[in-house]
Parts: sequence; C-alpha cells; structure tokens
Amino acid sequence: MDLSLTPQESEFQRQVRRWLRRNVSRRSPAEEPGEYGNPKRIAELKQWQRKLYEAGYVAMGWPREYGGQSEPGGNRRDLLMRQTIVNEEMVKARAPSLIGVMGVQMVGPTLMQYGTEEQKRRFLPKILAGEQIWCQGYSEPGSGSDLASLTTRAEIAGDFFIVNGQKVWTSNAQFADWMFCLVRTDPTAPKHKGISYILIDMKSPGITVRPLVQMTGDKGFNEVFFEDVRVPRANLVGELNQGWQVANATLSHERNLLGSTTRTQQMFQGLLRLARTRRRGGKPVSADPAMRQRLADLAIRVESMKYHSYRQLTDLLHGRSPGIAASVNKLVSTELNHAICALALEVLGDYGMLERRSRHVADRGVWPYEFMFTLGLIIGGGTSQIQKNIIAERGLGLPRG
Amino acid sequence: MDFGLSDDQLILQRSARDLLAKECPPAVVRRIAEGPSGHSEALDRRMAEMGWTGLLVPPASGGLGLGMLDMAILLAEHGRAAVPGPFLFSALLATRAIVRGADRRLKKQWLPKLASGECTATIALLEESGDSAHPAVLRSRARRKGAAYVLSGRKLFVPYAHCVDLLITACRTSGSDGPDGVTLFLVDRRASGLSIRPLETVDRTRRVCEVEMRRVEVPADQLLGRLGGGWPVIEHLLDLAAVGVAADGFGGAERVLEMAVEYAKTRQQFGRLIGSFQAIKHIAAEMVAEIEPARSLVWFAAYAHDALPREARRASSMAKAALSEIYSRCANRAVQIHGGIGFTWEHDVHFWFKRAKWNELAFGAPAFHRERVAALGGF
Ligand SMILES: Cc1cc2nc3c(=O)[nH]c(=O)nc-3n(C[C@H](O)[C@H](O)[C@H](O)COP(=O)(O)OP(=O)(O)OC[C@H]3O[C@@H](n4cnc5c(N)ncnc54)[C@H](O)[C@@H]3O)c2cc1C
Repeated sequence: MDLSLTPQESEFQRQVRRWLRRNVSRRSPAEEPGEYGNPKRIAELKQWQRKLYEAGYVAMGWPREYGGQSEPGGNRRDLLMRQTIVNEEMVKARAPSLIGVMGVQMVGPTLMQYGTEEQKRRFLPKILAGEQIWCQGYSEPGSGSDLASLTTRAEIAGDFFIVNGQKVWTSNAQFADWMFCLVRTDPTAPKHKGISYILIDMKSPGITVRPLVQMTGDKGFNEVFFEDVRVPRANLVGELNQGWQVANATLSHERNLLGSTTRTQQMFQGLLRLARTRRRGGKPVSADPAMRQRLADLAIRVESMKYHSYRQLTDLLHGRSPGIAASVNKLVSTELNHAICALALEVLGDYGMLERRSRHVADRGVWPYEFMFTLGLIIGGGTSQIQKNIIAERGLGLPRG
Repeated sequence: MDFGLSDDQLILQRSARDLLAKECPPAVVRRIAEGPSGHSEALDRRMAEMGWTGLLVPPASGGLGLGMLDMAILLAEHGRAAVPGPFLFSALLATRAIVRGADRRLKKQWLPKLASGECTATIALLEESGDSAHPAVLRSRARRKGAAYVLSGRKLFVPYAHCVDLLITACRTSGSDGPDGVTLFLVDRRASGLSIRPLETVDRTRRVCEVEMRRVEVPADQLLGRLGGGWPVIEHLLDLAAVGVAADGFGGAERVLEMAVEYAKTRQQFGRLIGSFQAIKHIAAEMVAEIEPARSLVWFAAYAHDALPREARRASSMAKAALSEIYSRCANRAVQIHGGIGFTWEHDVHFWFKRAKWNELAFGAPAFHRERVAALGGF
C-alpha cells in the first residue's frame, strides 16, 4: 500500500492544475443542468473535449496508434495513474465532463477488445477527439432488462446488413453521429446466440429519430426506427451471432462509467458547499446536528467508493480479474448519487422544488434536475434489481430461478 | 500508487485465516463463549507463537515491528473467526499505549514480555458515565505519596481485566474536567486494593469487567508518559480502537455473508433452494454491495495511521461508523436468511450477531463517529 505520488506524478498534477485553472471558466457548465437539445451547448462541449484531448488528458492509457499515449514498451501503468490524477483534478476544478463519454468509455474499449484493425483506426481517434458522438441502441419496447429478447432484425444482403425494427430510450440519438446497436441476425437460434453487434451511421437513410421527453422536461432520449437501413458488413464487431458477448463487454464498461466515483465526489462537494452556505434558523444548514449526521454518512459512503476505485485500479494494473465489480460500482454509485441529490433538496427546502427557469432558483436548478436524472441512472444501464441478480448469481453463485 | 496488500501481507492474511480455521473454529468459539473466563490459554499461546502479540512491537524489543495495516489485516481474520479473548486490547491498544507513550525504561520493562505473550494487558478508561471521548467524566484520582501514587475510583467496561496481567489505567492527577491532568498508570492486576468483577455481557466473545480501585499503590516509575499528559495518548488509542474494531467488523461481515450464502444453497422450501428466491438473493447482494467498498475504507484508515497521520483520525471515524452499521446489518440479514434455526443458541450465527452489536457500541457508536467526521471535515 502506497498512496503517495512520485515526484514526476506530483509535477504532472501541478501541470494539470495549472492547465485547468487557465481553461475552466468560472461559471462552469459542470453545474448547469443538461440541455440535450441545445446545439450551441453541444458544440461547446465538443470543443471542450477536443481541447482536453489536445492537451493529452483523454484516454491516456489507449495505444498511441489509436489516439492514446501508451507505447508497446509498456508505460500503460504510468498513464493510468496519470489519468486518475487528471480525473481527480477535473473534479476539484469543477470541470465539465466529456460529452463523448459513451464513445470514450463504452464503445471505445469494446472496439479495442473486439474490433478489427480497420475499425479501430477508423473510429478510435475520432471518438477521443470528440468528433464523433455515439449512442447505444440496446433497449427496445419489448426488451429492457431481458435485453437478449430483442427483435430488431438485420438480414444479410451481399456486403450489407438490412436493418428493420425499433430501439427506445436511446440517449443522445438526436445528435449522435453513430450508434452501436444490437440486432438479431439469427431468429432461429436460442436468444443469446442469434445477436450481432453492429455500428450504424446515424445519417443512413431509413433512420427516424423521435425524441422522448424525460421527466426532467428534457428531450434526453429517443425512439429510433429502422426501415431497410443498409449497414456495411465491415461494421460488424466481433463474430456474426456472437454479439451477446460483445454487448456484455460494453455493458460492463457502462456500469463502470455509471459507477464512476469522480461524478459522485463532484456532487458531494456541491452538496457540502450548499449546506455551508444555505442558512436555516440563523445558522448554516451544515451546523444542524441532524444534517451533520446525514452529511457525514454520505461523506463516508463517497469516500469509501473513492478508495474502492483505487483498489480496483490497483487490481487492474496487476491484471487481476474484476469479477462482478462493475455491477457493485453501478448499484452503489447510482443509489449514492441519488441520495446526495435528495439531501441537497432537503437543504434547499422550498427552493428545492423550483424549476430551473424559475426566478429565485438556487444553483441554476441543478439539484432538482440531478435529483431526477440520477433516478434515471438507477434504471438505465441495467436496473438496481438486475445488478443485484448479477451479484447474487455470478458473484455469490446463488441458483438461478 | 498502490492500493493493495503486499506479498507479506497476503501471507499474513492467509496464515492467520488457516490457523484460526484450525485452532478457533466455531466449536472453540462456543466453548470459550460458554465458559467462565472468556478466553483460551492454549489459543492465546498459539497466537503469541505466531508473533501476533508482538506485531506492533519494534524488533529491538522482540516484536515484528509491523504497522497498523498489518494489524488490521490480522484483526479482520479475528473478526471472521470471532476470536474471543484479550488480543485486541492487549496486542493493539495496551501495546501501542506503551510504544507511543512510555519512556525507554518502561518500554524495556514491558514490551518484550507483551511481544512474547508472557504478559497481557488491557486498558481501563471508561467509568460510570460510559463516555469515552470526554475527559470531564473521568473521576478516578491518583495522589502522590512518597515513591508511589495512590489510585482510587471505579472503572467500568474494562476488557478482560479478570485475566490480564496489566491494566493501563487513566486517573486524574490534577484539575477536574479538562484534558490536562489526566495521567496513565501501569497497574498490576494483582495489586492490593484492586477488586475485579466480570460483568455478564450479551456478546460472550468479548468480556468486560468492573474494576474497583481502593487506595491502590502504584510505584511512581509505573507512570506512563508525562504526568498530566495522558489524554492525547487516550485519544490516539480510541482512534486505533476504532480502526481495530472496524477491521474486526469487516471480517465478521464477510463471514456472516458466507454463512448465509452457504445455508441458502442447501436449505429447501417450496420444493426449491431458498437461495433461488429473489428476496434472498437481493439481501445477499446488498451485503456484498456494502462489504466490498467498506474493505477499502478499513485499509485506508489503517494505512493512514502508518503513513498519513494527519488523516488518521477522520479516516478511523469513517471506518468505525461505516463498519459498525454494515456488520450489524449483515449479521441481522444473515440471521433472517437462516430462519428459526438462526435464532437458536445451538446455531453459531448468534455469536457473530452479538459481536457485531458490541463492535457497533464500543469505542463510540456510529453517531459519535459521524459527528467527528463532520467536525474534522470542516462541515
Ligand atoms: C435515463 C435513461 C437512459 C437510458 N439510455 C439508454 C440508452 O442510451 N440506450 C439503451 O439501449 N437503453 C437506455 N435506457 C434503457 C434502460 O437500459 C432500460 O430502461 C433498463 O434496462 C430497464 O428496462 P425497461 O425499461 O424495459 O424496464 P423493465 O425491464 O420492464 O423493468 C421494469 C421493472 O421490473 C424489474 N425487473 C425486470 N426484470 C427483472 C428480474 N429478472 N428480476 C427482478 N426485477 C426485474 C426492473 O428492475 C424494473 O424495476 C435508458 C434508460 C434511462 C432511464
């Protein structure tokens, strides 16, 4: 056990801090509620990702030929450590997160594992630079938790798949450039054995995206309809009909993403600032003994997830298998994020129910917004109940049934 | 950065688990728990032979000279096996009190004996108020008389006072409520004027006593540290106790989960294994989701004592608050998964269930530690 930074790492940390001080505006969009439909906001965030990437702060551990910094010689360990430093400093600086996060943290790592050389060279650098925004075409009206029952079909015609069917709850599809999508390529096989994982250009003819309004009021996710959409066979990831395995790799990356502790730390810091500055009975809310208990309880849970992530990083560096860690991360972090927001609303009292466009709204309405959004993430990426099933069955070996 | 155990630490963990599985299986825990003394000399001797009693003692005094993280690893194994006896109080608290607070002469006198297991010790801090964190409630007094101090007062909740050799006792030597004027003494358990009454307790793997001091004479050279300088040592001990108990709780929580899962894989109802019921699966999964991150919290708190002293207090309180409740909740769920059998004296799970509650309440209940987390975090 050694949590100290090497002199080089400390120097790097100072460098990152300086860079972030210069480049993160004080009115940081990190604390603004998401506005998915707003093209200006999307352009700004793409610009921000590009800037971060050019500074060398995105996906540092990826191989150099795909846009990362890792060399065949093996400086990956060092880079993963530096990436952790960047992530932590971004939290402290309240920097906005990456808009292309589904690319960087979900499809990117999946392509690295299962993609062809051509796919890697074609997609990975653009994913990192924020040039391509990706969306996830998994869920369908009849297939949510039981994802493997999906029915969107892809028939092979020459060098193409012809895709027909419908996806739903597809986040960001309204502005995404590409979709990684699960399709049924063998309707006669058992349900897990007839699925393929393909990459679809969202500008392809035959795709209709219809935004759905979330409880937040935002058009955050969509219905996506496919009508004879032609997708080159070169866009198949992994083997034909072996997509379930690829899909699960992405799911596990997604669970780690949703279970990211940096987001949780950032939220908790926001809550603490709020509790110190809002007053009740002539005193800061944070001076109230009952509130202090609840703040401390959250602080402890947040901190334990932070050290837990250090432990997982160490395991990763030693090449130890993560087991069901991603499910634990997803379950604990999403529930924790929601609890943080719920307490923030309590700190705000009546102000907590002001909508973001309202006069008198606090913190630009981020808390009620996040309070709702974090509930969505308890459902998205596999519900808490599904994570518990996975932990019990795969982790503890309890019988299915 | 490396947030993991070293090879030596993994060996320590493995050897402790193996030894305790063999020498302290549930049948032994039960025998000790049902017996009068609350410990087993044979087991205590085995642990001393392993070097565990000297884990924190510097090599110059015959110990292994290891750190708090090593101790936490070992204590997690103790918690897993629900080891009864004075180990935590002797090898961790009393030993560290001497390592940290005593002068060279006293160290030389006691540390080799503590390390070898020839002598055991405990700490006598609490009194009738049951409040460990406040110097104002300390009523026992020590008066200087020639080459001795004369101690009078009554201590409560003194772990294993009935069987150890040495009591590290806090008395007031001046003042009436502040931290100044609190002094620690090394008191021979057999000293005249000392009467020790074991208290009947719910958790039979942890024994505590009432200790009455009626004009007990202690040689002045058995004063630990500075006259009136005992309070910072006590605070340090409470931090260490918090981590030690948290580590014990972590191991215990893992163990009750394993017991519950094992049972759920064999017990049938409605023609199927109860482990196939989702209600059972989900509470088991909730235990995993609590235990896994908590491990890192315990490791960090222990490591902070070794390497990040300025963070040690807050981290100790975090670990104690978290593991207290997690262990209790896990033990509760484990009993429920066992159904009626889990509520019997015959079944072993109640030893862990009760130990969990002792862990929760001793050395500051969760609310106390959460308030400290808030205060130290500048909330
Ligand atoms: C904010 C948000 C964003 C999303 N973004 C995307 C996206 O970008 N791409 C995408 O493909 N999907 C996305 N989803 C969809 C998400 O993955 C699904 O909603 C989720 O997997 C649940 O499926 P469902 O909605 O069909 O609910 P159902 O599967 O119908 O579940 C309903 C309830 O039944 C429970 N349940 C179901 N099966 C079991 C079981 N076996 N055991 C116990 N309980 C069970 C569930 O836990 C839940 O409580 C998003 C969802 C949300 C909320």
